[in-house]
Amino acid sequence: MADEKAEGGLVFHPMDQFIVKPLFGDGAVAWYTPTNVTFWLALSVLAVVLILVVLPRGRAVVPTRGQSIAELAYGFIYKMVEDVAGKDGVKYFPYIMTLFMFIVCANFLGLLPGAFTTTSHIAVTAVMGFGVFFAVTILGFVLHGISFLKLFWISAAPLPLRPILALIEIISYFVRPVSHSIRLAGNMMAGHAVIKVFAAFAAVTLISPLSIGAITAIYALEVLVAFIQAYVFTILTCVYLRDALHPHH
Amino acid sequence: MATETDTHGAVSACVDSHGGAVGMPQLCGDWMGNQVFWLVITLVVIYFILSRVALPRIASVLAERQGTITNDIAAAEELKQKAEEAEAAYNKALADARAEASKIVAEAKAEIQADLDAATQKADAEIAAKAAESAKAIAAIQASAMESIEAVAKDTTGEIVGVLGGKADAKAITAAVTAEMKG
Amino acid sequence: MEEAIVTGLAYAGAGLACTGMGGAAVGVGHVVGNYLAGALRNPSAAAGQTATMFIGIAFAEALGIFSFLVALLLMFAV
Repeated sequence: MADEKAEGGLVFHPMDQFIVKPLFGDGAVAWYTPTNVTFWLALSVLAVVLILVVLPRGRAVVPTRGQSIAELAYGFIYKMVEDVAGKDGVKYFPYIMTLFMFIVCANFLGLLPGAFTTTSHIAVTAVMGFGVFFAVTILGFVLHGISFLKLFWISAAPLPLRPILALIEIISYFVRPVSHSIRLAGNMMAGHAVIKVFAAFAAVTLISPLSIGAITAIYALEVLVAFIQAYVFTILTCVYLRDALHPHH
Repeated sequence: MATETDTHGAVSACVDSHGGAVGMPQLCGDWMGNQVFWLVITLVVIYFILSRVALPRIASVLAERQGTITNDIAAAEELKQKAEEAEAAYNKALADARAEASKIVAEAKAEIQADLDAATQKADAEIAAKAAESAKAIAAIQASAMESIEAVAKDTTGEIVGVLGGKADAKAITAAVTAEMKG
Repeated sequence: MEEAIVTGLAYAGAGLACTGMGGAAVGVGHVVGNYLAGALRNPSAAAGQTATMFIGIAFAEALGIFSFLVALLLMFAV
């Protein structure tokens, strides 16, 4: 797909932007090699530090603009955790805030031209998705013991239906981390690949204005998607956390 | 992109000799360990920065703001209460002053009334005394006039009787005049 | 020859799997449309249900993601 040459001289390399390269030299990529992944992950750490540590350093009672950004982000996620996961979910707020801030910063950094989008990699999102899945499942068993399994046994349903529903619930429970992680990676990857495809069309003079307009439009959509996917990832984490905290619905 | 790897050939099963991607880079197993390793480090670093520095600081600022707002609202409430108290005191002072004023007015009125009553009484008494005196004087004048009339009548009667040729008996004339006068 | 047929069929299957994304699009549109209809009837209750809408979108979209996943697996893993 990536190195197929289309007819008419068009060259599509939509997937090349996702290649992992060592930062220094051209060696093989071992697990410890500093790569472009490392670089952009470090940049997202810096972005998080900038937003949540440097901007609100004034600690003013009447916030400055930068301080408001940090406080809005804090209030937004805090309220989400409180509303969706419940009052007792608040003590897991730092973990959820970590996920949200990382995903938001990585998504927006990935939109910079020439950037490497760390969240477009299934390996990256799968670590977070499965991390949330295992954390929530273990938390459920630790808090409720074996009665956590009642999550799958819907007592509101008629008795003959319950085994079928339990099967469906169990399947959907184990599918959660897959959809949770692939949703984010897929959205990011698809958006960036589409931009690259339109960019390849810009080489043809006749349709290049259309192509550039389309790139602009898709880019605007991607800005929206970058935030919405971070929001959706976070709110789903809160929903899964609520299931672990209150499995009896 | 990444054409500089041309001369080195493929360094990974996922990159072809031109540096282009083979298949999906996302599914390349050679790179996953690297990504996972650095991602875990990133998340741990972000978590520690957030939980140790950023979140407590923002929370304290928000709490401080909440406290300030609460204090300000309490202070405003207090000031409002003070203002209400002041208004009540003012209204009370006003009512007191009104009452005082009306009391003074009533007192003055009563005093004037008393003076007036006394003066009227005195004047009445004086008038009555004058009237009595006048009545006495009138009575005296009347009496003296009556006496004069009697005397004149006796004289006149004596003269008339004398002119008519009768012998005027003084006693008879007096009795006749007195009888006439009483009739 | 046989390998080429398998590859071709796998690509065809990947293309067919992408039709599942249309279903996800219909689902997401249905969720948002109904949310909007409800929000216009009772705007005061709308703000509280935005999060629910996003959760619904996410669940509807999950099935589109599965079709995408099937397409990817056919293209690169078969």
